Amino acid sequence: MTRYIIRRVVLMVPVAFLVTVIAFGLLRLAPGDPVLTFSGDVRDPEILNAMRHSLGLDQPLPVQYVAWLGRTVQGDFGRSIRTHQRVGEAIVERLPATLELTGAALLFSVTVGLIVGTLSALNRNSALDLLATSLTIAGVSIPNFFLGVMLILIFSLLLRVFPPGGYAPLIDDPLENLRRIVLPALTLSAATLAVNMRQVRSSLLDVFSQDYIRTARAKGLGENAVIVKHALKNGLIPVVTIVGLQVGALIEGAIITEQIFFWPGVGKLVVDSLLGRDYPVVQATVLISALSYMLSTLLVDIVYGWLDPRISYSKAR
Amino acid sequence: MTLSASPLEGTLVARPVQLEVRRRLSTQTLRRHPRLAIGGSLVVLLLCVAVFAPLLTRYDPIVGDITEALQSPGAAHWLGTDDQGRDVLSRVMFGSRISLSVGLISVSIGLVVGVTVGLVAGYAGGVVDLLLMRLVDALLAFPALLLAISITAALGPQIQNAMIAIGVVAIPLYARLTRGQVLSLREREYITAARAIGVTPGRIATRHILPNMANTLIVQATLTTAFAILQEAVLSFLGLGAQPPTPSWGQDINYNQRYITNLMWWGSVGPGVAIFLAVFAFNFLGDALRDWLDPQFRRRA
Repeated sequence: MTRYIIRRVVLMVPVAFLVTVIAFGLLRLAPGDPVLTFSGDVRDPEILNAMRHSLGLDQPLPVQYVAWLGRTVQGDFGRSIRTHQRVGEAIVERLPATLELTGAALLFSVTVGLIVGTLSALNRNSALDLLATSLTIAGVSIPNFFLGVMLILIFSLLLRVFPPGGYAPLIDDPLENLRRIVLPALTLSAATLAVNMRQVRSSLLDVFSQDYIRTARAKGLGENAVIVKHALKNGLIPVVTIVGLQVGALIEGAIITEQIFFWPGVGKLVVDSLLGRDYPVVQATVLISALSYMLSTLLVDIVYGWLDPRISYSKAR
Repeated sequence: MTLSASPLEGTLVARPVQLEVRRRLSTQTLRRHPRLAIGGSLVVLLLCVAVFAPLLTRYDPIVGDITEALQSPGAAHWLGTDDQGRDVLSRVMFGSRISLSVGLISVSIGLVVGVTVGLVAGYAGGVVDLLLMRLVDALLAFPALLLAISITAALGPQIQNAMIAIGVVAIPLYARLTRGQVLSLREREYITAARAIGVTPGRIATRHILPNMANTLIVQATLTTAFAILQEAVLSFLGLGAQPPTPSWGQDINYNQRYITNLMWWGSVGPGVAIFLAVFAFNFLGDALRDWLDPQFRRRA
């Protein structure tokens, strides 16, 4: 197991390197001069050149890359071109809001997915099962920005149950925080909830048809014990993978969801910076989300082996 | 040169062995796979709306009648009008052109580049394979949407750039799929036979490997079209796709969103439902095609 982890981490290094190259190159090779965007009416070439020089933009690209990577590795992501705030600071500031939102969405999609998925597997072809399966197809096909707009229309404007957007820090006003997180968390979790429900349902159905479940029932074990101790434990293994891979989907979803609900998180920062050509911020956020996505896939594989002792990494591959 | 190198080709290995039964579309298959019929008709309907949009509506999607601004859905305007007096339904119909062409073009980019990368990596093996696949891994490491947004933002907010961005995001998918297929097919006897009589790698790829992958690729392309339409909608919603006044679903939702607070919902709901239907249609058709063309994939019910 340890050897497997080491192997995986070593293999991650070249990919991580390429990720940094892509993150760096993506916006640098693009047309459009960030200095011109932010200099306002200043068109004096000398001042513009001085600005370029102070930002290091006059150096050859490889030099810029090495300098950027060197600073990045030390955790220095530079300063935002727009706000002059330290990029690391700007991200850390907004991270709690994003973590709270993605955490709530994940919690919701996993618990509801687990409960509804199990119920619909137990009562196959029932009305509940049909409803759940149809909602699944709807959930993956509805764009989350449209869902968000509709939820605002129904729950904030027509029914006036929840506010249409904005954020209240958890420490200052826990109740208001809860009220404001409901709609964005629902919006963000729709797609993953659908996938989770489908995955729980199909893997439970798969497990139910196996011999050891019949044996467990035959030896007189109560139905609840059969489901919880035998079926769920094995049936959930594929679910772990799916949930692990959803970290990426949640990062993506947060970008849009935060935009709609004026949620002051990293996702909103990403979009604002992208539209404003704020290179340092974009690079840092793109890089961090790619690396955390890579780490989460690694974690999924490790948890996988721990959950299912039959999977041996030393022999395989 | 290619031909003279393999004089025996066409006699000994006349045709690639059909590994999969060729499936014909008949009324019987449609009856046995009703989902194929449903998904198929939805997609055909969508294509018809896109092609015949000018015949289906008498309203100009770009120039509206300002005296009819912000009307709620009614007999004259089934989905109401926006703040410039443009018919929402007409814009939704014309918007399908953008969505479908982005779907078509970006999927083609992903398909052509991805399949080529996969073929080269799988066939060449060794260092080439290693390097290409690490690059694919690196592209896969980025959340797809974030990558698409970054590429579009970098190249500039234009619909062509959105197509490129979505295409690039789809490349790793096809590259991996193709490489896997090549690795499993290249050891088959008929491929070895073809190689033994001197058929060039390029010809083996096009004549022997690709035909055997066709079904898988068709299924994948259908599903990726759904994905591409969704991504285009997001990019347009953020202002990175088609630019006004071109009708585009994502951008129209964003534009009309400002009237939601006055409970004027139709401007956003029309295009939103259209995106939902289009994505649903391609997902549904893709799933049905997979059941039909790719029986190994079929789930035990």
